[in-house]
Amino acid sequence: MTTLSDPPRESFRLSMLLNDTRYRSYTFQFIALLCVIALFSFLGYNLVKNLQAAGLNISYKFLGETSNYDINQTLIDYSSQSTHWRAAVVGVLNTLLVAFLACVTATIIGVVAGVLRLSKNWLISKLMAVYVEAFRNVPVLIWIIIIFTVMTAVLPQPRDFRGENATASMWFDAVAFTNRGVYIPKPVLESGGMAVVIVFLLSIVGVFAYRRYATKLLYATGKMLPTGWPTLAILFVPALLTYFVLGKPISLEMPVLAGFNFKGGINILGSLIALWFALAIYTGAFIAENVRAGIQAVSRGQTEAAASLGLRPGRIMNLVILPQALRVIIPPLISNYLNITKNSSLAIAVGYMDITGTLGGITLNQTGRAIEAILLLMAFYLAISLAISFIMNIYNSKMKLKER
Amino acid sequence: MSDTHQHSIRFVRESMLPEQEPPATERGVIKWMRENMFSNIPNGILTLIALYAVYAILSGLLPWLLNGIWDAPSIRACREILDGQTGGCFAVLTERWNQLLFGFKYPNHLYWRPTVAFVLLFVAIAPVLFYNTFPRQMLIFTALYPFVAYWLIWGGSILVPIFALVGFGVGYIVYSKYVAQSFAMGFFGGIAGALVTWWLTGMIPVEGVLAMEAVPSRDMGGFMLNLILGTVCVSLSIPFGIALALGRQSDMPFIKWICVVFIEFIRGVPLITLLFVASVVLAYFLPPGTNFDLILRVIIMITMFASAYIAEVIRGGLAALPKGQYEAADSLGLDYAQSMRLIILPQALKISIPGIVNVAVGLFKDTTLVSVISMFDLVGMIRGPILASTEWNGVYWELLGFASFLFFITCYGISQYSQWLERQLNTDHR
Amino acid sequence: MKKSVILGALTVAGLAAGAAGAATLDDVKARGKLNCGVTTGLVGFAAPDANGEWDGFDVGVCRAVAAAVLGDPAAVEFVPTTGKTRFTALASGEIDMLARNTTWTFSRDTDLKFDFVGVNYYDGQGFMVPKALGVSSAKELDGATVCIQTGTTTELNLADFFRSNNMEYTPVPIETNAEAQQQYLAGACDVYTTDASGLAATRAAFEAPGDHVVLPEIVSKEPLGPLVRHGDNDWGDIVRWTLNALIAAEELGVTSANIEELSAGTDNPEINRLLGTEGNLGEMIGLDAGWGKAAIAAGGNYGELFEKNIGENTPIALSRGLNAQWTDGGLLYAPPFR
Repeated sequence: MTTLSDPPRESFRLSMLLNDTRYRSYTFQFIALLCVIALFSFLGYNLVKNLQAAGLNISYKFLGETSNYDINQTLIDYSSQSTHWRAAVVGVLNTLLVAFLACVTATIIGVVAGVLRLSKNWLISKLMAVYVEAFRNVPVLIWIIIIFTVMTAVLPQPRDFRGENATASMWFDAVAFTNRGVYIPKPVLESGGMAVVIVFLLSIVGVFAYRRYATKLLYATGKMLPTGWPTLAILFVPALLTYFVLGKPISLEMPVLAGFNFKGGINILGSLIALWFALAIYTGAFIAENVRAGIQAVSRGQTEAAASLGLRPGRIMNLVILPQALRVIIPPLISNYLNITKNSSLAIAVGYMDITGTLGGITLNQTGRAIEAILLLMAFYLAISLAISFIMNIYNSKMKLKER
Repeated sequence: MSDTHQHSIRFVRESMLPEQEPPATERGVIKWMRENMFSNIPNGILTLIALYAVYAILSGLLPWLLNGIWDAPSIRACREILDGQTGGCFAVLTERWNQLLFGFKYPNHLYWRPTVAFVLLFVAIAPVLFYNTFPRQMLIFTALYPFVAYWLIWGGSILVPIFALVGFGVGYIVYSKYVAQSFAMGFFGGIAGALVTWWLTGMIPVEGVLAMEAVPSRDMGGFMLNLILGTVCVSLSIPFGIALALGRQSDMPFIKWICVVFIEFIRGVPLITLLFVASVVLAYFLPPGTNFDLILRVIIMITMFASAYIAEVIRGGLAALPKGQYEAADSLGLDYAQSMRLIILPQALKISIPGIVNVAVGLFKDTTLVSVISMFDLVGMIRGPILASTEWNGVYWELLGFASFLFFITCYGISQYSQWLERQLNTDHR
Repeated sequence: MKKSVILGALTVAGLAAGAAGAATLDDVKARGKLNCGVTTGLVGFAAPDANGEWDGFDVGVCRAVAAAVLGDPAAVEFVPTTGKTRFTALASGEIDMLARNTTWTFSRDTDLKFDFVGVNYYDGQGFMVPKALGVSSAKELDGATVCIQTGTTTELNLADFFRSNNMEYTPVPIETNAEAQQQYLAGACDVYTTDASGLAATRAAFEAPGDHVVLPEIVSKEPLGPLVRHGDNDWGDIVRWTLNALIAAEELGVTSANIEELSAGTDNPEINRLLGTEGNLGEMIGLDAGWGKAAIAAGGNYGELFEKNIGENTPIALSRGLNAQWTDGGLLYAPPFR
């Protein structure tokens, strides 16, 4: 038996930095670090020098100054005397509003179109294929502009509602479709109105509780409780009862033609509708494809097995196919939500005052603080994206655990 | 009961009946329609609704299309000719055809040059897209194409693209000489060789040598600009995307960290903010007096944008490769560069091609966003000069429809190709 | 097409960086072209025609400067800018001067570090409404929906006007003039507001201009003028005095028709100094003696430019109003050439 001796200790040579795998990675990382530092100091140096030459500086003080401009859709109190910061917040809320509406609508459109595209009905499946291809292959900017243009060109102007021989009329005297947007009645809460709302919200919780109980009972005893009419009953009966008991504390404020526009009610701006629908229909086409792919990813044997158990086609879809398909559908679905949020920045094309329109638009123009405004804008979108990807990662890891 | 029945038989057929046609509901169009369109009541209702929708769309669209006016000097003349009938005013397309395709500043007599470049694009791209059908030698032309196209579209002295080509050539020679020793040495040596060549040739005066009329990039516009931005940015972003994907998979923490931050940052912000950076902010970050074209700044930004997305697609491809491939490469004693170059990347890229094509389609559509920063691409031309002009103020449908149509045929073509390719690559039979 | 673009540009960038810090005048001369920022298209002020040639009142100023500096009115690169990009384009040196109906305000002159060299059009914000609406004064616009072009002082003035009159309104912000026009014509807004000159230009492009009226109220002062970067005073002087030369030429009766004749020498020493036959004004601002002549010959004097592009015989049909010479009761008053 020979004793193992240490290998001959190699003296360190410079070439080992490049050729020895032990050191090479450090060399590369060091070079990369140098490059990054060099790049940033180059950019930073130029920035400082350019700003100095132009006599400007980087400062976020402008956010505290009076904005002096008005915004047409404000979810929180805002006037031209508010600060630029508040204008930015109004913009953020508007972005989130349109993104939320578009996400919900796009999901509905996408799921319906995706399921229908697999329908046995030839005409329907072909129509859905046309829809998906037509919308996927044309830029969303063009769709936004088209829908906005169509709305302004086709819908009547408020003036048309006026006079003896009005060319347009309101639906049920409550809803008016104009090319400035849609006017709908606005619920007004009087004293006690809040109670009705709370009861209604509680009923929603109640519906979920009932459904959960029904499922549990089904699994435990095989007894099937009806879900259709009890759901409706739980949802509406208590709320209606409180409504009448408290003496109709909620009234509707109808939009009325007064002056130049309709007054009262809620005005859903034309630019919001255009953006909302364009994003929903465009992204809906992508979601439809994901849904189709997800459904097709569930092997045929599952459908056949479910059918052999005697389930009806609707139940097969709801109980067997969709739950399995969801695992495939949800990750791309969330990235589509992300796309909607990012594409909502195209609001600028139709004059919807989202964050790009307020902070990255008028505020930037009026203050000339381009660098600051755009950095803030990017930070906002980045925060939203990271939040959504964070949720997505949680979901993914949760789903992964169940896989084998 | 059965007895009486037996007695009642008076006739027993002994020969076969002649074959009859299946009932009308079970054959031909009717059967097909019954099965495919009216299999049950909800289905039938759906079909009827769909039929009505198709009718409504076509009855609006067809007269407008067929009754269109193709020759008129302005929208008013159009309306006069139509005289109250439905019909599109497609005269705007014929009259502004060149503006829609080339923008309003590209010199009229030079339209043939981008057209030739566009046709050659197909020749150059064919051996890449259909690598089984076309001879490999055609790839040489593909490699030369960028330089030819640059010369055709931008004009100027032919020496500029030739010198650029020589630089690449020198870089490649240096690379192939040293790559046997070490990939890193070959790679950096190649870059150094190319840079030295460009620096040397940069000192040779090229003004007017074999020059075609130069066109500044500010004059590019129309659909041509979309195509230029799309092709340039996609092809530039593929190498960057590969590098980023490899960096993100790397076990060197710092490099991985840089790549992750870059990719997540770019993917987290909308393209439009990056375009704002290009148009409004970027100038502050460059040395004083530097004057990049807007188009060049936009190309840089869109390339960064696209490479982050392509990196994610390629990372997916890398992750989809079986671990055995990595281990096999290691067991052959290949180093990192060799195993990537020879084993991993060829397979990973092949898997990622459909994904890359999807990114490319998305990116091509996104090139329309440059209209927001006052560049006159197809959408910019329509929203700006054409709709603002006195003659064509109000011709929205025709122009926007035309733009959608152009984008549709391009993107639909590419996505059909991608599906075809997916079927080709999908060799496992499930 | 790909890498070579970047390389070419990098070389150019390197060359340009070498010349950094040099005066704008030298840059322009070395380039052989003047980079002039204009709007993306406003008929009468700056708009490309069907052949892609830029034409208009602001364009005329650019051409005059190019003629004065380079001797060639065609040596201009027109850079279309939006309300958002115009100031950074100028600050970053992408353009040498901005002639894009930009209002001269305190903060732009000081905080944003620009120099307004003068006023080439005295304007004010007005309102246009369809005649059918039956409105005769802007004070009756309570509750109206107003289309505005974003990125201008317009939206600030509008907010101020409605606030001071205690009226409500819904703003519809629009990016380009073309889209604002479409919205207004479709009735998506009751009122279109922008500078009165812009209203006239927009109205001129309508199918039936007679159906729309511009309300009498002018709610703001909008002195529009060309501007340059703060700090390069030599270049500022050149643009300022080119503009003044155009104004003085009208006052002195120098037109593009008689300029050849007058430049042979006249009895009026100021004309002689303006046209470079006497004195050394050109030398003082670093240009040829014939700079003034070239500038005026490029498109005519101020009055000619006005008449040709936005005057009463054009579809835009603006009267001179405040923009008449001081001798005719207007505000145009060129300092003496001496």
